[in-house]
Amino acid sequence: MSDWRYHFSHNLGTLTAVGLFVLMFGIYIGNHEAGLNPAVATTAANKAVLLALVAMAQTLPVLTRGLDLSVGMIFVMANCLASAIVVGTIGQGLAGCIAVLFMGLAAGFINGAIVVYGRLQPIITTLATGAIYYGIALWIRPSPGGDVQYDIADFVTGQLFGTVPTSLVVLLVVVLVIWIPYRSSVLGRGAYAVGSNEQAAYMSGVPVDRAKIAAYALGGLIAALGGLILTFNTYSGEASAAIGGTYTLNSIAAVVIGGTSLFGGWGSAIGSIFGAFVLRTIEDLLFVFDLPPLWQPLFQGVVLLVAISLGAIRVFRIRNRLELFT
Amino acid sequence: MADRKPLLELKGVSKRYGGIAALTDVDFTAYAGEIHAVLGENGAGKSTLIKIASGVTDASDGEVLVNGTPHRFRSPTDAMKAGVVCVFQELSLLPDMTVADNLSMAGTPTRGGFIDHKAQRARAIELLKRVGCEDVHPLELVKNLPLSRRQMVEIAKALAKKPKLLILDEATSALTAKDVERIYVIIRELRAEGVGILYVSHRMHEIEALADVATVFRNGRKIETFRKGERSVRDIIQMMIGREVTHHYPPKPPYQDNREPALAVSNLNWGRELSDISFAAGKGEIVGLGGLDGQGQRELLLALFGVLKGVEGAVTVDGERLSLTGPRPAMDAKLPLALIPEDRKVEGLMLPMSVRDNLTLASLQQMRSGLGIDSAKEAAAVTAMVDRLQIKAPDVAAPVATLSGGNQQKVVLAKWLMTEPGIILLNDPTRGIDVGTKQEIYRLLRNLAAEGRTIIFYSTDYAELIGCCDKVLILYGGRITRELKGEECTEHNLVASALNVETVPEKAA
Repeated sequence: MSDWRYHFSHNLGTLTAVGLFVLMFGIYIGNHEAGLNPAVATTAANKAVLLALVAMAQTLPVLTRGLDLSVGMIFVMANCLASAIVVGTIGQGLAGCIAVLFMGLAAGFINGAIVVYGRLQPIITTLATGAIYYGIALWIRPSPGGDVQYDIADFVTGQLFGTVPTSLVVLLVVVLVIWIPYRSSVLGRGAYAVGSNEQAAYMSGVPVDRAKIAAYALGGLIAALGGLILTFNTYSGEASAAIGGTYTLNSIAAVVIGGTSLFGGWGSAIGSIFGAFVLRTIEDLLFVFDLPPLWQPLFQGVVLLVAISLGAIRVFRIRNRLELFT
Repeated sequence: MADRKPLLELKGVSKRYGGIAALTDVDFTAYAGEIHAVLGENGAGKSTLIKIASGVTDASDGEVLVNGTPHRFRSPTDAMKAGVVCVFQELSLLPDMTVADNLSMAGTPTRGGFIDHKAQRARAIELLKRVGCEDVHPLELVKNLPLSRRQMVEIAKALAKKPKLLILDEATSALTAKDVERIYVIIRELRAEGVGILYVSHRMHEIEALADVATVFRNGRKIETFRKGERSVRDIIQMMIGREVTHHYPPKPPYQDNREPALAVSNLNWGRELSDISFAAGKGEIVGLGGLDGQGQRELLLALFGVLKGVEGAVTVDGERLSLTGPRPAMDAKLPLALIPEDRKVEGLMLPMSVRDNLTLASLQQMRSGLGIDSAKEAAAVTAMVDRLQIKAPDVAAPVATLSGGNQQKVVLAKWLMTEPGIILLNDPTRGIDVGTKQEIYRLLRNLAAEGRTIIFYSTDYAELIGCCDKVLILYGGRITRELKGEECTEHNLVASALNVETVPEKAA
């Protein structure tokens, strides 16, 4: 019984994000003229899943007290690569998908390896590698265009059994196949340990380097999956610096709204998914209330600020003023 | 005792940090089924010994043998694999994780590649029970536990690794009496099971209660190893002090009891760290803060400078009540306060900025002209201060980071002297600087006192307190346990009262 109290408090951040999303989505559906039907849900899901995946990808390095500014660029690079190689028959298309995911894994691995073995700061490392990944995206697709395997695309962006948006199912599969096993593996817990206190983790025999590299590599993989699904939505590839930058920044916002600490060691990718949903729903809310979409950044900013303020409550408990600066 | 089995042997081990020797040519053996106490003053080399034994750092010279075979530990994990486990003073727990997670951080029980939460939990409950912490829930986050519980969890974590040699480094410093009893029981059980134990503590009565064998260290060298009962407490203290020639200190004026009061502190309290601190310091007086490391000395200085929140009690400066709400009121007091911080690199200096900018940072108000800074005035003040303290800087425009440690420390001192302080709080200002600079600092302190300034001086080096201070306050567990005045400041009295053992006050010879 008292276990529940602990599980509850450990997941409070995630639950808050879920609650916020349910509230906002409820208002949205309540004011939508068609209500909740498969088509409305699928449209909402297809947009939201993209940011949710990039936010999940961001969560992993953040948990190790890092940051990945290249997630958006890996997302864009995967989009461009997919628009070039996920073509032909279904079999060829699937092979292409695997290649795209592999490329994301490799990009993330490179980030992690540089951070760990080069002992460089994650923020600047990934800023640099992000620019490189964007360069590769431009090289693959100098101007927007390309194609994608239609059967796979229609399947992923459609509905299962005519009701459930397939993209949501894909997201669920990612949670079940990647996040949950990672979270309950020694490596995943190592990532939390590193983020919580790297020195203590080292002293406790945690494989610090491996945990960090794995976090970045898996992050790259998930970001690439996001880029792949973007391609299925748009049937084309576009090397857009704006898209990459926006997704990177929004992923950080989603991570924070989802209750993950930017100081590392605390949080969950599931929280980030709902953080991403919250950010996306703002856009939909503006739509149903017929407000100009230009207001979106303003509302996003307000939601983000409220989310961080909740985390700042600790300041009131501080006894040594010097701790304010750490 | 022919059947004593050596577990850990160090042969001719030395360790140098930069040019400074922390440990010199040490031979040391720990046996299975024995409790071995390691004794010595602050900086005697105990911590270095433990770091080498537990794989945190590597010896510069010499050999480390476990069960007779040479080992080189490259990490704590290596040492753990060889059966050497250390309970560190600075806790190695992960604050954002649950107690159960922490207890199984190494050697996690897994099932099919994943963490077996059920097994992990059962193990946590068993370990917590063993250390008498049944009240701690395995799912509680470590950061939510009070310090004493955290220390018990740390010990439980070490037990989880099934050590052959368990090292306890000041492991009881934050524990309640009941917990200490529990630890004694566990340690004796382990001894009966044949585990070797290295026990580092400053508390004499603990050593008397537990140890089979003890080794005294001083200045990085092993002095003597002896069996229980072979030496008296008095002998041990004498061994810890030694009789080396100490630094030269400037002559002290005779002790005066009736100085004009500058700083008066009454009933200062801050959480559990400071209890009922009351003392007075006169103009021109150097008051030392002594005692073991971490008995509240730092907190006391921070409290006086207004850095701590929620401090109770009254501080008066030259008859006026001082508001403890931040450094600014302290700096603006009738006798302005200055705090020379402990870690010059973090709290004292802006390393990439120039010597000049660092020097004038705290006193920019006085250099103002209109909206800008009067650069002629600034340059004159900087030159005067560099001369006065003989700061060896190639150029005052060079970054502070390029200076030697001693000169950096002088810059910190100079920066605060520029504010013309009436009361100077010093937090271990001579740590890690060379002997020459130390002596300059001692002279400077005496001169400042002669000008009528009050100096509160915390040092981990007993000799320094004796050489410099007019009176020394000994802190133990956040309280002032003893006030040594003038002639009473001897090494014996300082060490004995720091360890909180009763001896008759001794007069200097």
